Amino acid sequence: METIWFWLVACMLVAYVIFDGFDLGAGIVHFLVARTDDERRVVLSTIGPVWDGNEVWLLAAGGTLYFAFPALYASSFSGFYLPLMMVLWLLILRGVSVEFRNHVESPVWHPLWDAGFAVASALLAIFFGAALGNVVRGVPLDRSGEFFLPLWTDWTPGQSPGILDWYTVLAGVTVLAVLALHGALWVALKTAGEIEVRARRVAGAVWWGVLVLVNLLTVASFHVQPRLQASFAARPWGWVFPFVAIAALLVVAVMIYRVWERAAFLASSLFLAAMLVSVTFGLYPCVLPSNGDPALSLTISNASAAPYGLHIGLVWFIPGMLLTGAYFVYAYRSFAGKVGVEERP
Amino acid sequence: MDALTIHRLHFAFTVTFHYLFPQLTMGLALLILILKTMALRTGNPHYASAARFWAKIFAINFAMGVVTGIPMEFQFGTNWSRFAKSAGGVIGQTLAMEGVFSFFLESSFLGAFLFGEKRLGPKAHWFTALLVFLGSWMSGFLIVATDAWMQHPTGYVVGAHGEMVLTSFWSLLLNPWLGWQYIHTMAGSVVTASVVVAAVGAFYLLTGSHQEHGRTFVRLGVIEGILATVVMLFPSGDGQGHNIAWDQPVTLAAMEGVFTTEPGTPLAILGQPDMEHHRLDNPLVVPRALSFLTYQSWKAEVKGLDSFPPQNWPDNVPLVYYSYHIMVGLGTIFLAVLALAAFSLWRGALYRSRGLLWLLMMMLPFPYIANTAGWITAEVGRQPWLIYGVMRTPAGVSAQVSSGNALFTLIGFLGIYTILSILFLFLVYREIEEGPEPAAAV
Repeated sequence: METIWFWLVACMLVAYVIFDGFDLGAGIVHFLVARTDDERRVVLSTIGPVWDGNEVWLLAAGGTLYFAFPALYASSFSGFYLPLMMVLWLLILRGVSVEFRNHVESPVWHPLWDAGFAVASALLAIFFGAALGNVVRGVPLDRSGEFFLPLWTDWTPGQSPGILDWYTVLAGVTVLAVLALHGALWVALKTAGEIEVRARRVAGAVWWGVLVLVNLLTVASFHVQPRLQASFAARPWGWVFPFVAIAALLVVAVMIYRVWERAAFLASSLFLAAMLVSVTFGLYPCVLPSNGDPALSLTISNASAAPYGLHIGLVWFIPGMLLTGAYFVYAYRSFAGKVGVEERP
Repeated sequence: MDALTIHRLHFAFTVTFHYLFPQLTMGLALLILILKTMALRTGNPHYASAARFWAKIFAINFAMGVVTGIPMEFQFGTNWSRFAKSAGGVIGQTLAMEGVFSFFLESSFLGAFLFGEKRLGPKAHWFTALLVFLGSWMSGFLIVATDAWMQHPTGYVVGAHGEMVLTSFWSLLLNPWLGWQYIHTMAGSVVTASVVVAAVGAFYLLTGSHQEHGRTFVRLGVIEGILATVVMLFPSGDGQGHNIAWDQPVTLAAMEGVFTTEPGTPLAILGQPDMEHHRLDNPLVVPRALSFLTYQSWKAEVKGLDSFPPQNWPDNVPLVYYSYHIMVGLGTIFLAVLALAAFSLWRGALYRSRGLLWLLMMMLPFPYIANTAGWITAEVGRQPWLIYGVMRTPAGVSAQVSSGNALFTLIGFLGIYTILSILFLFLVYREIEEGPEPAAAV
């Protein structure tokens, strides 16, 4: 039962990264692909009707994580106190930027919120990457399953690490590049004309950065977290996930070259999913590793809620997710096709 | 300030600020649905135009509700991790259900509701308004269910490591506290929305702009407002009072400012709790009335604070007393003003009664104060318990987050929310000033 919920939460996080990933990515490349006020309006309108629903995946995944693994939620949210609060502030800035930009017609109002949108999106990508890095590296859990991390210490992932060290910064920069690629592919898919051409060019250039950074990060991860090595050695069939990720990344390059925008975006989504599943597979059954005594790690068994709650949860979760799937199909179908420069909301 | 105080202020401030927005949007979702229904039934484009105007105000409030709501979902873990860990097996259910059932529904159809009127046609557009209404009211239900469990925990046992283990899903969702508390909360939300709608209508009538819309808003706001205010008072307020008398008698004593236990307890209308001498200063009382309201007997004994050990008193008795009296006092004033306005409306004189229109316009901020005061009564009244009778507040805090770190983020939220408030008022005032577009321009 814990394992089912472990993978359900993982699936929700994957959905979050794929869906909100493209609108975060659109923010990261906002100023690169759109030069004029009208073009920036177009980029925003490619995510306008869906970004809020995408962000709900984060909330729903957080809520589900809390419900299924209360000890993990409690420990990680308080341990990562400062960066999480900054994530909240950035989410506020970003949400306000998207929603309030088009309320006032003024040459100073639009650039202000465009900048807020771009800066908040880029910083959020870096923060999320660093968070993932922290989970992979492990944290100094004590006997009661608690910890508190400062923002930085000596920038090395040793026994007393900070939120930021060279490894988590590398993870942050990698996620920034990966989501920039994902977002550029989305913008290319949803727009026409100059923005589309620029987005495709940005995607092509960022792709090389992604290739280099992802390889660096993979090597570094195996170095920093020996558990990964052990997992893949114990269950070698798991190698299929990193291979799918690499194959998907190569397909992205081919599709950018061939100008098959839908395929490129889907391949990028598959790449994100396979990367995350690889990490999750490598950590399982750990949900938050200890960087000291391995016995102090939080696992699916010592962090989960009691069986009755998890059983009853499945009863409402499955229909709930089916409904959600239906909403998303509806929302994206009614928003199909490219967004034009002339079209005003 | 010690860490506990800062963590408490952190949650109190962010949740109080947050609830300024959902309390309007939940009630407004109902009023918009009523306008859309009237548009569908009468075929009169005037109602569709009125709904469109309020949808714009709704959108700004909804965005504020979303960005200030996300921090609430996080703060159980960040600032109250020991509580989150202990109670997660129970309230994790309702919080996760809110994400899965309400947030996806609202966020998926709000876009269609706000931008899809032309494309969808009147019936499908009405349906999106219904779904947005359902999503927001379900969200309210699940949050009130969470709070009701903290007020009156049911359907759980304490496990081997001190964690709460859910034993009955239905006791959680059919908690005897939940019914009245939910109706009371939602009616409060409808009062806020109704008064805001009526106040904006009165503003239009008094300034001589958008006359036709002004009349619609005043009519709708006054009628919905009086109905909701009556529901607030009876049966929901009365029902909740009985729940408190039954399960949290010490909270009732603090709310009513009853220090000494005696038969035939008077109801204090005014007065200041004097915590040094354990008495009510300058009391203005109705003899025996509290006994009657609580137990339907003029001679019944209502337990005063002296019947309970001081360590079980709410840790801020005067705050509980004042917030409760502010809530009830304002509710009584709303009832009087709205009844007067409804009478005048029935006589066909309201749209010309400048005095009453002024009163309606000036009422705008007060439902926000009343709703906030009500929540302060409930939450400070629950003290010194985090989960009533089970976990005391200091036991739930994130011990590893130091006071300095908590103060840092509290100051951050104070600053950010100040800027948000200015932006919000600026944008909403622009929308009100611009006003609804004439019905012809569909």
